[in-house]
Amino acid sequence: MGRYTLRRLLQLIPVFLGTTFLVYWLVWGLREDPFAGKCGQRECSPAFRAALTERYNLDDPLIVQYLKYLGAVLTGDFGQTFSGTEVSTLIADAYPITIKLAIVALVIEAVIGIIAGVVAGLRGRGFADTLVLVSTLFLIALPVFVTGLVLRQVLGVDLGIIRTSVPANPSIGELIVPGFVLASLSMAYVARLTRTSLIENSRADFVRTAVAKGLPRRRVVGVHMLRNSLIPVVTFLGTDIGALMGGAIVTEGVFNIRGIGGLIYRGLQQQDIATVVGVVALLVIVYLVANLVVDLLYAVLDPRIRYD
Amino acid sequence: MAPLLEVEDLRVEFGRGPETASVLNGVSYHVDEGETLAVLGESGSGKSVTAQTVMGILDLPPGRITGGAVRFRGEELLGADPERRRLLRGESMAMIFQDALSALNPVYTVGFQIAEQFRFRRGLSRRDATARAVEMLDQVRIPNAKQRVKEYPHQFSGGMRQRAMIAMSLALDPELLIADEPTTALDVTVQAQIMDLLDELRRERGMGLVLITHDLGVVAEVADRIAVMYAGRVVEHADAATLYARPGHPYTRGLMDSVPRVDDVAGAPLRPIPGLPPSLAAIPDGCPFHPRCAHAVDRCVTEVPALRELGGDHQAACHFAERFVAEGTDRPTTHEVVSG
Repeated sequence: MGRYTLRRLLQLIPVFLGTTFLVYWLVWGLREDPFAGKCGQRECSPAFRAALTERYNLDDPLIVQYLKYLGAVLTGDFGQTFSGTEVSTLIADAYPITIKLAIVALVIEAVIGIIAGVVAGLRGRGFADTLVLVSTLFLIALPVFVTGLVLRQVLGVDLGIIRTSVPANPSIGELIVPGFVLASLSMAYVARLTRTSLIENSRADFVRTAVAKGLPRRRVVGVHMLRNSLIPVVTFLGTDIGALMGGAIVTEGVFNIRGIGGLIYRGLQQQDIATVVGVVALLVIVYLVANLVVDLLYAVLDPRIRYD
Repeated sequence: MAPLLEVEDLRVEFGRGPETASVLNGVSYHVDEGETLAVLGESGSGKSVTAQTVMGILDLPPGRITGGAVRFRGEELLGADPERRRLLRGESMAMIFQDALSALNPVYTVGFQIAEQFRFRRGLSRRDATARAVEMLDQVRIPNAKQRVKEYPHQFSGGMRQRAMIAMSLALDPELLIADEPTTALDVTVQAQIMDLLDELRRERGMGLVLITHDLGVVAEVADRIAVMYAGRVVEHADAATLYARPGHPYTRGLMDSVPRVDDVAGAPLRPIPGLPPSLAAIPDGCPFHPRCAHAVDRCVTEVPALRELGGDHQAACHFAERFVAEGTDRPTTHEVVSG
């Protein structure tokens, strides 16, 4: 397993370089004039241009620019925005909030999704099953911003249970509704995946064996059916971590949360290239590491899988 | 005294309406303590469904028990309290399955799955239960049991896996073991070892063994009595020697003739039973075997033959059973069949 992990970590390097270069090239290399519109209606002054050209090494060939940027990033220096703020400061402020939100969402998604899936899968055709199928279909059909806006309107404005705008340093409690919104789509998938997987496993030979052994029903379900059924669910949850962080843009926008979603959104809007590249590079790392962790976890859950 | 297990006129259907498949149409057999009953028949003849009904692990629905009785030591099991039936499973009756790889849970160690019996049926601690699991693996002659108890099913070879399965089924010392094609998935040399092991364990423990198989060679060596099933019914029943020497049903004879023999001339054609078993949703009128029977006459098409006593605890469901019994076969001993 150690060698496998090492090999996988080494594989991260070309993937990281490839993706970050692509992003870098998209935002810097594809624009004719990176300063267009930066100084209001007027042309930017030559002094300003010169200063920024110097700051972002714009006179170098693109690949050299990228390598210089990469070198700085690896020492923790994400550069500065056009207005001179350190990007690393912005990230350090925004990231913890997004991580908190993603964790709240992940917990909601896992707990509610799995419970709903188990209830639906075990009861067979009936009210619970239909309820779960219909409500998950509902969540899947609704775009996240609709779910978000509706909940904000109903819970925030009409009922006044939550604040429509989440404060700068939100507590877990204040993130529950946004977390639910962020998790809603994946939660529906988790419920359906758990249900299908459980139904499939309930017909498995080893479940019949467990029944034939005379084990109590609770144990047949809880030990023999559930563990096998949750393998694909855990895989899904793991890969979803990255998506929850990157996908928080809409949710953070709806609830005015100052996380990296908002940071990317503002960065794109203001064409603040350094911010966008920095945040995306970090997201790429999160995705890659989450994927690696899932693959390793897979071997823990299913002993038939061996990495060597 | 009541027999250990008695199945009487058991009827099971699957599905509804015109699609209804009559899987069991009045199966009767019994097993006594310490004896081996072989249940022989092609796929779909209802051997496994009967066993699952006895164990109480048949999926209901889609299955539906429409009649008959299953008695264990005289106690009626059909309609009994589910909790009572659960307690009988493992403790009084146990079952092993054809494919041990899929019948064992892939994500738990073999030891865990055996120890489970002791922990949750006997209340033993995890440690004591594991020690008992090692003993069980020893009993089924798995070498290095202490080590292997920690391994997963996929790390076992086919034969070892079936041994582990046997160990698991015998953990609570049941009086009846139902083995559903225990050697079908194994290669021939291993088959013989597993059969020997089962036979030995049966003798040591004095338990009744229901051996479900379609392999005549397997049956010949170990079975005391044989019940031949066709289309959800027992069509012939006798002790092993009688059945091999004087089969009363053309189907039984067909099964025997379809096994190639050592004294066959090389290149001689095989002698399969022509045709296919009937669809259970449309079992032919009269004798269900008549479309495939070389001896069928008009009466076979119209009249269902009853399972008739032919003397000496030999029954067959054929209108002309006496004629076939009198003809006999040219098989002097069962052992030649085995070596074939």
